Amino acid sequence: MTLDREEVLKRLGAVGYVAGPQLATAIVLMRQLSRPLLIEGEAGVGKTEVAKALAEVLETPLIRLQCYEGLDASAAVYEWDYQRQLLAIKIWESEDRTAEEKERHIFDEDFLLKRPLLKAISMEKPPVLLVDEIDRADEEFEAYLLEVLSDFQISIPELGTVTASAIPYVVLTSNGTRELSDALRRRCLYHYVDLPSEAKEMRIVTARLPGIENALVAQVVRFVQALRKEDLHKKPGVAETLDWAAALVGIGVKDLRTDPQALHESLMCLLKTQEDQAAVPIEVVERLAGKAG
Amino acid sequence: MTGDVAILRPRGGGEMLARRLVGFVRVLRDNGFPVGLRETIDGLRAARQAELGHRDGFRWALRCLLCASRTDWRRFDEIFDLYWRGHGKLQEARVSDQGSRKASAEDIDAGRPTGPVLGVDSGQGADAEGGEGRRGGASLAESLAAADLRHVNDPDELARIGDLTERFAARMKYRLTRRERRRRRGRRLDLREVIHRSIRFGGTPMQLAYRKRWPKPLRLVVILDASGSMNLYSTFFVRFIRGVLDNFRQAEAFVFHTRLIHISAAMRERDTEKALERMSLMAAGWAGGTRIGDCLAAFNRNYAASAITSRTAVMIVSDGYDTGSPEILGAEMARLKRRAKRIVWLNPMIAWRDYAPVAQGMAVALPHVDLFAPAHNLESLAALEPYLAKL
Repeated sequence: MTLDREEVLKRLGAVGYVAGPQLATAIVLMRQLSRPLLIEGEAGVGKTEVAKALAEVLETPLIRLQCYEGLDASAAVYEWDYQRQLLAIKIWESEDRTAEEKERHIFDEDFLLKRPLLKAISMEKPPVLLVDEIDRADEEFEAYLLEVLSDFQISIPELGTVTASAIPYVVLTSNGTRELSDALRRRCLYHYVDLPSEAKEMRIVTARLPGIENALVAQVVRFVQALRKEDLHKKPGVAETLDWAAALVGIGVKDLRTDPQALHESLMCLLKTQEDQAAVPIEVVERLAGKAG
Repeated sequence: MTGDVAILRPRGGGEMLARRLVGFVRVLRDNGFPVGLRETIDGLRAARQAELGHRDGFRWALRCLLCASRTDWRRFDEIFDLYWRGHGKLQEARVSDQGSRKASAEDIDAGRPTGPVLGVDSGQGADAEGGEGRRGGASLAESLAAADLRHVNDPDELARIGDLTERFAARMKYRLTRRERRRRRGRRLDLREVIHRSIRFGGTPMQLAYRKRWPKPLRLVVILDASGSMNLYSTFFVRFIRGVLDNFRQAEAFVFHTRLIHISAAMRERDTEKALERMSLMAAGWAGGTRIGDCLAAFNRNYAASAITSRTAVMIVSDGYDTGSPEILGAEMARLKRRAKRIVWLNPMIAWRDYAPVAQGMAVALPHVDLFAPAHNLESLAALEPYLAKL
């Protein structure tokens, strides 16, 4: 299946992801050069969504590996199913077999629990592998991942080497918790996701919440865009905008200017720290709502 | 360059494009992008398939291929335009004054190349002397260790202080790792190994195997006050920071006076000349007034998320004389305290006779500090070691 940029853009739009031509180009290249795509950007701009949308566009499963500090091979690559192995040993105890046979039996692929990385490279049809928040994993894991991403093979001492039958589409996201190694950066294609412009954010809200009225969308987006300019510690991302818009529809708000009190209360969808909530009192809400309308 | 083109040529037509692309990659490399031959080849592959008639298509493809960080991403378009639109203007295609990728424009608030040049080791001295010199250094180290750092001016002595500090930092890290390892030994069963070993006993786990937790290195963030009142000590602590950055696996360093500056990248610069150049660029405002609160606010806002994890110790080196508002300082200290595992405040003034932390800034900061310690000589720094080891 060859996809050019326009086709990718169209298909992303069809699954509800509003993308720019730059991202579409990155996806085309990613398929063409078989290289992973590293996506960076502030929290809540929809980095993870790219992978989900890509999986839908390519009609292939999404395998997600959430990284965290201390992530190790048994959680990311594979693990033996110890309980079943122990049981199998017990069952085979009375059987008249040699120790080698028994060993071969319990280290059979049946007893192997495939974790995301191994799962991704052993699939017939190339899946989308999302390595989420790679910056949270430690450097050892990053180095290991780099190795997997260049060779697409994993060696299991008891079984041998598993080589990828199809090269998965790898998407890595990073929030910048830790600086990534230059080697990993060079291995990947790069895309930086900015907070969307007003027009783009409106398109996103409309795409995600099809039932919402256009007038409200415009107000909501203008309000959030203005709110981002306020002095906040955690600026609301696109995910927050969507939550808030959905909440407003849910509580039946048609116009932001009618009920400042309810509006102020609903801000918990946008402002996620107590400090930020204190920084936006009801007067500010009224002012922003007035401007947005 | 001709060599590069020769390699590219057999892979298909478009020699002109290949030549131009090689040139472009070179310009990017001069601008600090981490790109090389492999990127050029991939770029050519991509270019052949991208719709060449569509100039933006070409730009988009090269952008995601050749950038590796946010800074690259932001600068790319400008360089691209200069190169591909302004034919033959290669020399001007050096965007921004900074040559290195790591020191992004945001890291270094462009400063005037004025102010005193920082004491960065020029590479000669103790290292070159070898085994014999080391013994001599040890006895000298003893005498120097007690000297108040204010009184050390001789460049040779300064260099020795640098070496000594680096050794201290190295020792701090080493002990840390070893202690962790020993204490955590054998907490959990290693099932994989247990099963392996049990096979030869017919499945009965006769020999148990344990897992020891991987020792985690301590992360250290050093925030150094380089204001006028700290002037006497700054040169010394800059050396200390260099030692910390060299020896801790994960460390970041910041300097502040009226502004906060991230200096890790510049301090890690191996090339002494370059390091000096970069440091002097940042030094505008060096030894001026202090705005601790505002600088900590800048730290919390811009760097805390990436520099601080749950096992980061923050080391603030300052005398606490603040010309900014104490309310801001208090609030920012509280915020920092929530993120960092420990806050250590080193104050060179403690050792002065009759010193009490009366500086208003110091008074509001103190409740949030885990350890308030003197740092006027090397002994006092070495005394921190057992404390840091316990973190």
